[in-house]
Amino acid sequence: MAEVALPYRYDPQPPSPQQQPPRPGLNIDWSQVNLDEIQLPPGEDFGIKSEDEEEEEEIVESESGFGSIIVVDNLPVVEPAKYEKLENVVRKIFGQMGIIRTLFMPKDKATGKTAGFAFIEYSSPQEAHTAREQADGYKLDKSHVFMVRMFDDIDKYMKVPEQWVAPEIKSYVPGENLLEWLMDEKGRDQFVIRFGTETEVCWNDARLLKAETAYHRSFWTESFVQWSPLGTYLATIHRQGAVIWGGCTNFSRITRFIHQQVRLIDFSPSEKFLVTYSSHEPSNPRETQKVVLNVFDVRSGKSHREFKGSADEFATGGTGGVAGVSWPVFRWSGGRDDKYFARIGKHCISVYETETMGLLDKKSLKVDNVIDFSWSPTDSILALFVPEGNGGNQPARVSLVQIPGREELRQKNLFSVSDCKMYWQSNGDYLAVKVDRYTKTKKSTYTGFELFRIKERDIPIEVLELENKNDKIIAFAWEPKGHRFAIIHGDGPRPDVTFYSMKSPNNVDRVTKLATLKGKQANALYWSPAGRFIVLAGLKAYNGQLEFYNVDDLETMATAEHFMATDVDWDPAGRYVATSVTSVHQMENGFIIWSFHGKLIYKVSRDRFFQFLWRPRPPSLLSSEEEAEIFRNLKQYSKRYDQEDIESSRFHSTQELEQRRKLIEEWNGWLSSWKQMHEADKPYRQELRDGEPSDDEQEYEDEEVEIEEVIDVEEIKEEDLEA
Amino acid sequence: MRPILMKGHERPLTFLKYNRDGDLLFSCAKDHNPTVWYGHNGERLGTYRGHNGAVWCCDVSRHSTRLITGSADQSVKLWDVETGTQLHTFNFVSPARAVDFAEGDKLAVISTDPFMESVSAIHIKSVESSGLQQGSIKTFTGPTGRINRVVWGPLNKTIISAGEDTVIRIWDVETGEVIKKTDKENGHSRAITSLSLSADGSHFITGSQDKTAKLWDTRTLTLLKTYSTERPVNAVAISPLMNHVVVGGGQEASQVTTSDRRAGKFEAKFFHKIFCDEIGGVRGHFGPINALAFNPDGRSFSSGGEDGYVRLHHFDPDYYKLQ
Repeated sequence: MAEVALPYRYDPQPPSPQQQPPRPGLNIDWSQVNLDEIQLPPGEDFGIKSEDEEEEEEIVESESGFGSIIVVDNLPVVEPAKYEKLENVVRKIFGQMGIIRTLFMPKDKATGKTAGFAFIEYSSPQEAHTAREQADGYKLDKSHVFMVRMFDDIDKYMKVPEQWVAPEIKSYVPGENLLEWLMDEKGRDQFVIRFGTETEVCWNDARLLKAETAYHRSFWTESFVQWSPLGTYLATIHRQGAVIWGGCTNFSRITRFIHQQVRLIDFSPSEKFLVTYSSHEPSNPRETQKVVLNVFDVRSGKSHREFKGSADEFATGGTGGVAGVSWPVFRWSGGRDDKYFARIGKHCISVYETETMGLLDKKSLKVDNVIDFSWSPTDSILALFVPEGNGGNQPARVSLVQIPGREELRQKNLFSVSDCKMYWQSNGDYLAVKVDRYTKTKKSTYTGFELFRIKERDIPIEVLELENKNDKIIAFAWEPKGHRFAIIHGDGPRPDVTFYSMKSPNNVDRVTKLATLKGKQANALYWSPAGRFIVLAGLKAYNGQLEFYNVDDLETMATAEHFMATDVDWDPAGRYVATSVTSVHQMENGFIIWSFHGKLIYKVSRDRFFQFLWRPRPPSLLSSEEEAEIFRNLKQYSKRYDQEDIESSRFHSTQELEQRRKLIEEWNGWLSSWKQMHEADKPYRQELRDGEPSDDEQEYEDEEVEIEEVIDVEEIKEEDLEA
Repeated sequence: MRPILMKGHERPLTFLKYNRDGDLLFSCAKDHNPTVWYGHNGERLGTYRGHNGAVWCCDVSRHSTRLITGSADQSVKLWDVETGTQLHTFNFVSPARAVDFAEGDKLAVISTDPFMESVSAIHIKSVESSGLQQGSIKTFTGPTGRINRVVWGPLNKTIISAGEDTVIRIWDVETGEVIKKTDKENGHSRAITSLSLSADGSHFITGSQDKTAKLWDTRTLTLLKTYSTERPVNAVAISPLMNHVVVGGGQEASQVTTSDRRAGKFEAKFFHKIFCDEIGGVRGHFGPINALAFNPDGRSFSSGGEDGYVRLHHFDPDYYKLQ
């Protein structure tokens, strides 16, 4: 009989250190422990809180405890004398798929012949599943075709009632307003942080110089959390699948997406779909990892399409390689309607339509040797990169393809290319292609840019080369919604930062250089989402140097340092910047909130700090004219807000003072009560010291003593006086 | 505030102690020689030679006549402060970790480490010149792991101990029972490395590897305040003059070389005792801070580091304006 299977099964993959930080003091080498073998008694959770009680129950149902048993039907009926022979045959066939724990072939009591079926128990449910898949339909001979079923399934189908019962129609329950957080009176932004086992959603209350916790939950997720692109949902990851939550100060579960051992998730840009990903170690070491992807409808929680395959199939192109697939596997087309998603395959790009969940026009886009592609953020235009082929006879090329028509909008051939990277501007107006080319000797490379103006007629391309050809490009970033971009380039330890504009002053559209900042300790660029401001950050080797720069006026607003900072994030409105030190470092964990111009607002320390994520905001509902109107009347608005700021800070400071006064009073109260007791003890203390006076009294006193001394004596004759 | 650098030890500092008048500063280090310095200018007065192992702790009598030192050489020695002669040696079967003179200087409490067969223990010895002998008046056992600090409570009626098992205990000296101890909720979550009484003995501060320092009521063991830092705390002290506490520590010495000097946070950090706000920091050591002590007048403090230096800091006039 099988051991009773568990309601709660541990993840067989060794947890990555980020997901499950080492527990100090246990001295257990987790790599030596097969967590699958740990069997908790049913109903006992050892005080480990689980956030998804209901889901556990479902698992209990699906695994009744006979998960590793299969039933084989259509075996030959044999005499008792041949029993052993048949058993050996069955063992031989089914032993290929796993380790057989027990094999049981019932006999007909009356005749002594076998009953024509057998029960086989494997050492694991996985083996049983493979056996079911592989041995079902196995032809022993013409009249004996095996029928293999899971033991659990038989049980399940036996229970199907004969009569059809109409499902109950649930009455409509109005859900809560998922956009409530956007209506905060103070117009604050939210962010989520994860540290230790805790997850917290906070308001960024910069006026009060603190983060106000909106919602706190322990053990909320098993690996990470993620906001949906418009900020409506927060996704948590569990063994059984992903869950999305919504709310403002109280988060309630909205939908569950069942996907065992989900590892990664990705939302479509308009939050209509969710792609989940898991990879499973193969049962046979010679096989490659198996990958399962699901495309869920976010609102119904139903999987619209499942993709299964080996890791190789999904890892073609670009950065995949040995480590696994490059995430996201599916890239979503731009625009608000989530119409297409695509993935790269061998010599092709497969574009899927969300309407049918099938391949667009039932066939992939054939592109020989394609290794990278990206969507325009706003239109359904694909940018493809094909490296040099045919031993250099065929040039590398970048081409823009319109979907669904598949017309090639523009193509550019490039020579002696070593690598290529594509950067779209957020409005889809421009595409920058960073091209690394070999020098003539092929010993080194130099970098240039091909700049596409997508929205202009015929899509003109401009070439931008750096002044110093030896400079390496360390970072590139477009100004969101703008026409400018910034590059960090250089060869030495202190690279330069240069700003360019796609426009030129005399209205001819040419790339113009705006400014170069020499010798910066920076290796990452973070534009404000509203444009105009940028943070030049020196992470990693530079230990968290920050420079807040105004690109309109070309001036540095502030320089600062967040020692060891690993991440920089702008809030969605571009008002504040968060820098954080995550648990890749042992020390200093926590985050700092800065104003856009580099003033430190507040700092929060959290041990084992994993994640900081601003809650994204949906795009503004105002038209650009209305926005311009507001911009014109900014002074009126700012007057009002300044007033509010002053009031709130005044209120805050009086509150603070009050608080401090209270603390002091409390302390003094405590101290005086202690002093009374201390005074009462005084004689005893003196006694302990053999009568020596106690404590505070000085054993010697300062005394002022006047001393008169005769220094000299002089005789003065009377005559002299008289004279 | 320009610090005075006192280089006299060849190994990391372990403990610092001012005498009652504040004119003498005693320092212990992992080299074998406790040293005495002038408290105001950092000039070295002399050393106490005789130990054969790291010296973990010391205490000086009220009149600065006698010094008691506890060492890893499994002995506790009593010295004449002025001449540096050994008055007596108490021998143990395991390293002595902490020592403290009782009110009146007739008794001393000593903690010893767990070692081989023996468990960690708290011993009370008579240190009166007439009653010097090997035997302990009382011995308490119970805590697991090292007992990093023991001090006397009010009127020598209690003993406060803290150490690796993260629990602070108040013992009744008469009965040897634990009257009070910290629980999981309030207490530290990792080993307690240091403990320091306030000038009047009303409250004390503990520092722990859990990156916090906590302030406690000496009688009731109620948690008064918690100070959070970003690094393990090795040393703590309470200002006798201002409402300030100073907290020192840093990354573990074994990991120091793996990162930037500043990464270790080898700063002595000042916190407001009542508001728990960080007020400032004093940098300078290039290793974790292992020992901190305030001059009893509150106008200077000294810090001892893993780097082997003692740094003596006199406060600037501005400091006294801090609230």
